Amino acid sequence: MSVKPLLQVENLYKSFGGIQALTNVSTELKKGELLGVIGPNGSGKTTLVNLITRFLKPSSGKVFFKGHPIHHLSAYRIVRLGIARTFQMARPFYQMAAYKNMIVPLYSPRVKSLLGGKYGDRDAVAMDLLEEVGFERDAHTAYKNAGSLPQGYLKRLELAKAIALQPELIIFDELFSGLSLAEVASIVPIIEKLHQQGIAIMMIEHRLRELFRISDRVIVMNYGQKIADGTPEDVMKEETVKNAYLGSE
Amino acid sequence: MEKRKERLDRGIKARTDDVFALTSWREMLYLAAPRVIPLAVFLILPLFLGAYWQKVLLSVAVFGLLAISWDIMAQTGMVSLGQALFFGMGAYCSGLMNHYFGISPFITLPVAAVFGGLISTILLLPVLRLRGVYFSMVTLILPLMLVRLIEATKIFGGTEGLSGMTPLPSVWVELYLIVGSLLAALFGFRRMMASDYGLVLKGIRENDRSVISAGINIYWYKAQALFISASIGAFAGAFMTHVYMFVGMPVFALDYSILPMAAAIVGGPGTLAGATLGACILIPLSELLRGIGGLRIVFYGIFLVLFIVALPEGIFHYIHRKYNQFERWVEVEK
Repeated sequence: MSVKPLLQVENLYKSFGGIQALTNVSTELKKGELLGVIGPNGSGKTTLVNLITRFLKPSSGKVFFKGHPIHHLSAYRIVRLGIARTFQMARPFYQMAAYKNMIVPLYSPRVKSLLGGKYGDRDAVAMDLLEEVGFERDAHTAYKNAGSLPQGYLKRLELAKAIALQPELIIFDELFSGLSLAEVASIVPIIEKLHQQGIAIMMIEHRLRELFRISDRVIVMNYGQKIADGTPEDVMKEETVKNAYLGSE
Repeated sequence: MEKRKERLDRGIKARTDDVFALTSWREMLYLAAPRVIPLAVFLILPLFLGAYWQKVLLSVAVFGLLAISWDIMAQTGMVSLGQALFFGMGAYCSGLMNHYFGISPFITLPVAAVFGGLISTILLLPVLRLRGVYFSMVTLILPLMLVRLIEATKIFGGTEGLSGMTPLPSVWVELYLIVGSLLAALFGFRRMMASDYGLVLKGIRENDRSVISAGINIYWYKAQALFISASIGAFAGAFMTHVYMFVGMPVFALDYSILPMAAAIVGGPGTLAGATLGACILIPLSELLRGIGGLRIVFYGIFLVLFIVALPEGIFHYIHRKYNQFERWVEVEK
């Protein structure tokens, strides 16, 4: 018996005016799978994420989550079903302390329903989650305004905000961009841990070395189309992928 | 020798922020003073004021409520240029109930606050998706449109308005009702904005997409903030209907939109206390300048500009900083 996919994307199209941003993209993601999405700049990776999470409305096509259509739902309803996302450019609440940033996702109706109608002590949970993603408990970093935090901590904060929602699927949109090698190396184990916990992950990434090390499967996008789908090793052998990344002779 | 100004939190503030360890009466006073002083001033002042300045105080409280109403919306990311809409809705709701059905002011006031707030919220619901100046423009236009509607259709007394409303039992009831409402709104809504619910509202202003990605319906929360804000404004309007014993087109005047915003900006937006402080400065200032005659507005404008240029953060933020921090000159390390 085949396992029903957690997320199914069917024939997604998106155009902005005359520009075709996404053409007939279909893919799926199983429970607990880590799917990498790669492709050159402007290939439609973030558009795909925005269409799945309904931050953009598809021109046509369907998206299913746990077998139910979600392409007609509002973005906040999709989050409540269990799909969390991060943004390419970190989107913290700059004027709030880092741990106060965590209060907003912890106030989510999804968290409330998962905790049986009670929120618990949000401040304490916020500190625990921040510690989990690398905010040192004894340091003052968690109490600093998000506006004064370096990029590395902002990305960790994004990660913690997504984890706070206790999602079944997390979509990371270039989580590693703007981070040093050391920072990436410290975040990778957190993602691996989420993966081991059975959370499905979709990672859009340009840092291929790190991505390939942790991905179960990779899809490659180019000019708004999916041009390859398979294990990292297989995908990088394909001629179309080499051409997309290195250019054809 | 090069020097720089260093700002440090006072010890009492640092301790009370984190561990709530109060060790002396001095520390308790330090914490209580910012709350007790305004409370005492507002409650005792009416006893010592003459009839004219009592009316000014009444005006301060009404504009203070409107400024708080403006600030709640601004903190949720909705910059309103039309508090007059809320004020006018409350004024007409209360006026109509009293004029046509003879309902007591003690019933019309709360009912008008709720209904005025509700009608204003419904009117603005379709534009909640608009952001920034686009939302502001709609709020500016709506009260102006309603004035023309009343004028053209001659409903609710048309240009003449409705008069003969039941006044409140006495000047003291008027004064303490409005001052009490102002204090309740100030402390109550300050607490609300400091809670996790308030944090979500502030989050919408800072980054609405981030709030959406937490699974929160921002339009529902914006509608709630709008209703709270509109109800405060509507209460102020309903109250003034019973003070003036009249309701008419002037309740939608631009003054009720611009002055609350000016008060909140001069006083310091984002705190509600700043909005109240702004009203406490601007309204009496306007009265003091009456003696100048025609140049009143010119001087008023100059004062406004001076406040904004000298203390762009707002008077309240400046006082707050001075109260909680001390400054000293230290040598710059090289």
